[in-house]
Amino acid sequence: MFYRENGQFKTSYKSDQQIFPIPQDRWAILAIIAIAFFVIPLMVDEYLFRAILIPFLILSLAALGVNILVGYCGQITLGAGAFMAVGAYAAYNFLIRVSGMPALGAILLGGFTAAAVGIVFGIPSLRVRGLYLAVATLAAQFFWDWAFLRVKWFTNDASSGSVSVADIDVFGWIVNTPTDKYLFCLGILVIFSLMAKNLVRGNMGRQWMAIRDMDVAATVIGIRPLYAKLTAFAVSSFYLGVAGALWGMINLGSWEPAAFSIDRSFQLLFMVIIGGMGAIAGSFFGAAFIVILPIFLNQILPVIGGLFGLEVSIALVSHVEIMIFGALIVFFLIVEPHGIARLWSTGREKLRLWPFPH
Amino acid sequence: MKLRKLAVAASIAAIGFSAALTAPAAYAAEDQFFPVLAYRTGAYAPNGAPWANGFVDYMKLTNARGGVNGVKMIWEECETAYATDRGVECYERLKGKHGGATAVQPLSTGITFALTEKAPVDKIPVITAGYGRSESQNGAVFGWNFPLVGTYWSGADVLVQHIAKKEGGFDKLKGKKITLVYHDSPYGKEPIALLQERAKMHGFNLSLLPVAHPGVEQKATWLQIRQNKPDYVFLWGWGVMNSTAIKEAQATGYPREKMYGVWWSGAEPDVKDVGDGAKGYNALAMQHGAEPNAKVVKEVLEKLHAKGQGTGPKEEVGQVLYMRGLISAMVQTEAVRVAQGRYGKGKHITGEQMRWGLENLNLDQKALDGLGFAGVMRPVHTTCIDHMGSGFARVHTWDGKKWNFSSDWYEADQKVLRPMVMLASGKYAEEKKITPRTPEDCKK
Repeated sequence: MFYRENGQFKTSYKSDQQIFPIPQDRWAILAIIAIAFFVIPLMVDEYLFRAILIPFLILSLAALGVNILVGYCGQITLGAGAFMAVGAYAAYNFLIRVSGMPALGAILLGGFTAAAVGIVFGIPSLRVRGLYLAVATLAAQFFWDWAFLRVKWFTNDASSGSVSVADIDVFGWIVNTPTDKYLFCLGILVIFSLMAKNLVRGNMGRQWMAIRDMDVAATVIGIRPLYAKLTAFAVSSFYLGVAGALWGMINLGSWEPAAFSIDRSFQLLFMVIIGGMGAIAGSFFGAAFIVILPIFLNQILPVIGGLFGLEVSIALVSHVEIMIFGALIVFFLIVEPHGIARLWSTGREKLRLWPFPH
Repeated sequence: MKLRKLAVAASIAAIGFSAALTAPAAYAAEDQFFPVLAYRTGAYAPNGAPWANGFVDYMKLTNARGGVNGVKMIWEECETAYATDRGVECYERLKGKHGGATAVQPLSTGITFALTEKAPVDKIPVITAGYGRSESQNGAVFGWNFPLVGTYWSGADVLVQHIAKKEGGFDKLKGKKITLVYHDSPYGKEPIALLQERAKMHGFNLSLLPVAHPGVEQKATWLQIRQNKPDYVFLWGWGVMNSTAIKEAQATGYPREKMYGVWWSGAEPDVKDVGDGAKGYNALAMQHGAEPNAKVVKEVLEKLHAKGQGTGPKEEVGQVLYMRGLISAMVQTEAVRVAQGRYGKGKHITGEQMRWGLENLNLDQKALDGLGFAGVMRPVHTTCIDHMGSGFARVHTWDGKKWNFSSDWYEADQKVLRPMVMLASGKYAEEKKITPRTPEDCKK
């Protein structure tokens, strides 16, 4: 009834090509961003910030990076955790070794370092494809896991390989309370999402998608695979690097290479597959599904047990949690193999007809 | 319509969820709340569960004894599965409940590292009895960490002392080959710095063999040991890694008598499955070993398990890891008592007051005897600067059926430890821009 674009006419190319051509979408997104910035900080307690919202924001950013590479350019990667680790450790080293380095600068430099590393590890993509490429990117994961565990220089000779940073300072704003951290991550996520959305709509994104859909045909129409694939690797790794730096410096404060293990790479890939490949919104849905759902199940199960008068032990809860979580993944992949983002857009289509379907 | 059903289900779940969060909890205002970060699932569950059972049993016992000056202990468990991010989530979930957490014991070096960052902000002490970061012994820099009773550096130091004694003096260690087989995580890496320092002092050769999580894949490690034939193997494992290491030692024919585990590698779950194959295997005993005859164990059996109120199986009571949980709960309970002595008997104390209690812990032999810990452990005396309190340990040996003590008490050499602690904590203070506390600050 309300979600219908009847009577909305575009009178210029500019208005036709904007990110959200339908005003309802535009207002909804702006409202969500406004709520996230102004209302949530007033309403939410520390637990939600530190345990759910901040990890969700940072992993959304990482999933965005993976989505650019896997969803838009079609290059399957299992090295996402490694690029996050490179970003985190590079930012750490810039921060402690360069005196007077601003924290934001260190985070961005961490991202650029990860981008450079991403280009190097993206080179095999010019020769191998698909699952073989996934195996080749595993090399990045194992190499950097090894490097950060064994090369003492990276961790500033810490005896146990664990590094830590002080509260970061962004132009005089000391980011130390959960609200500050949330707002800082949210700000970065909004800017980066806008950048990503525009990248994939533009020339570069079209090249990536052409390569993804059929690389021979893309070459024939004049797209250079070298350029397209390596830019995808660079941009994706940049996002992952920034996400890694945020994960280490904002979310954990002190971290070890295990924070960016192969499990993290799989987790990010699953986020993109479940959320929706080739959809920016999919990154957020996927991150929400993987970050929030297990914690939600973990807390709701004892309550459900309590309704039936059952005393549920924590061991049983975590077993059941894993089972339900697995079943839900299978359920979503059967109901909508293109991810939650597609489910969302189907929902929107239906909403346009509501409440009077044909 | 599928979507509508989904939406309905989601909203019902959301309502249930918010109900769960706002459910009122029945507790008295002066009760003392302790979050229990346990792991009863995953690769480390066989070792995590007995610890948690002992920990909870001691709090039950304290309540059965009438609480601390009438103040009852309350607790809530949360499953971490030994994963750092889940542990942090659990901590965040529980820290504000029931009037605020008094202290937290994560039982994981990884989670300890993460909580070390949060403790000064939340003002909740982190007690890491026998684990955690070794340099946090320096209370001037690590104001909220309490590696009570022992750190990995004190443990490694005692192991080297024991070997030296066996060989007939530190000078005899020259040219000996010692191999450290360790869990490739901050936990396993902690002792390396100290062992390297000792290797430099006494001229023994130290080789390091990391084992990846969870530690079931050790064939290559033990092949290397077979080639190198080290004089001693130190084992720094946890969970399934320990029993795998002992089985591999048996398979490669490395004598178990020359293997020495840390106190997390010397409990019943580690050797029971191997049985006779583990005969002769040694491990550090963090003061206590298996203590089936201790007075406190009898009290737990009589007051809790006989009435069906015990936690976990009855056979576990008195085993090594159960005892560790018991002792971990005991030191924190006694700290509550000390803090009450200053801030008001029978009153609820805050995390900050708890810290004062932990810094002024003075458990002498008489107090320990009174609590039923005679013969189990030695006195613990902490200060504002020394958050460890006691660096004693013994060695015990598995005879195929049970653990028996096979050495006298050793004390970690503070002449070796202190400079290392100061150096490492100084570096940490510099990184985190912390100004170390002075003796004047401590009096506050």
